[in-house]
Amino acid sequence: MRITCPFCGERDRREFYYQGAAVALERPVADAGEEAWDAYVHLRDNPAGVTKDLWYHESGCSSWIVVTRNTVTHEILDCTLACDTKSEVSI
Amino acid sequence: MAELIARPPCQGLLPLEIGTTTLSETDAGVLTSIMPFKGQEAALSEALIAAHGMAMPAANRTTGRAGIRAIWFGRGQVLLIGPSPHEALAWYAALTDQSDAWAVVRLEGAGAVDVLARLLPIDLRATQFKRGHTARTELMHMMASITRVGDQAFQIMVFRSMATTLVHDLKTAMEGVAARR
Ligand SMILES: [Zn+2]
Repeated sequence: MRITCPFCGERDRREFYYQGAAVALERPVADAGEEAWDAYVHLRDNPAGVTKDLWYHESGCSSWIVVTRNTVTHEILDCTLACDTKSEVSI
Repeated sequence: MAELIARPPCQGLLPLEIGTTTLSETDAGVLTSIMPFKGQEAALSEALIAAHGMAMPAANRTTGRAGIRAIWFGRGQVLLIGPSPHEALAWYAALTDQSDAWAVVRLEGAGAVDVLARLLPIDLRATQFKRGHTARTELMHMMASITRVGDQAFQIMVFRSMATTLVHDLKTAMEGVAARR
């Protein structure tokens, strides 16, 4: 598996640390209620298909990257900087 | 006060000459990480030109020359190698002295690319990775900085604490390449 870092280009998977589902980009507002916070902290989807993860270019440029990939085909569909994505999310 | 004696990271380990490649330690001088403040990238580059005669490098690139170089060192970070940083740079960026934190070595010779191909997961052939190109990548699980500094010469940097491992891994790869010639 190869991930395209927006800075470094296409790199081997071994250079990256896998953080998990990209839920940190959808943090609820403080008073969103117990249900929203319970889901944010504990509940994860386990999709057979397209999913979004956070990966860290640990031994590369130290960027956090939002990777959109297909868990069935292992296809990588999109790689963007988490800092850019996050600034688009209203918190 | 105790008299402290400066000791190079690879003292007693280098130089090495195996087959067609040599490995030597580089006395890089002062190492300073430069991390530009938000929105100050252009002003910082102007200040670097005025103070040290080279612009801030783009991602995966270097500026300057042997002895005084700026190499891209990761997201939002450039490493100034050689001179003490001019104080004006601190107006536009966070400067951190890293002089004793890194082992800096030079691998040179006809087999250098073949040696590194055994250790790094990136394409270092001359058509892909030219003089002045640099990369942050991993060398046998160590976070590393690789720069092509000549047609057959590379600068390799890892954390100082890993100097012995770096030399061991490079030496093993150099022996492997030499054995197959
Ligand atoms: Zn990267």
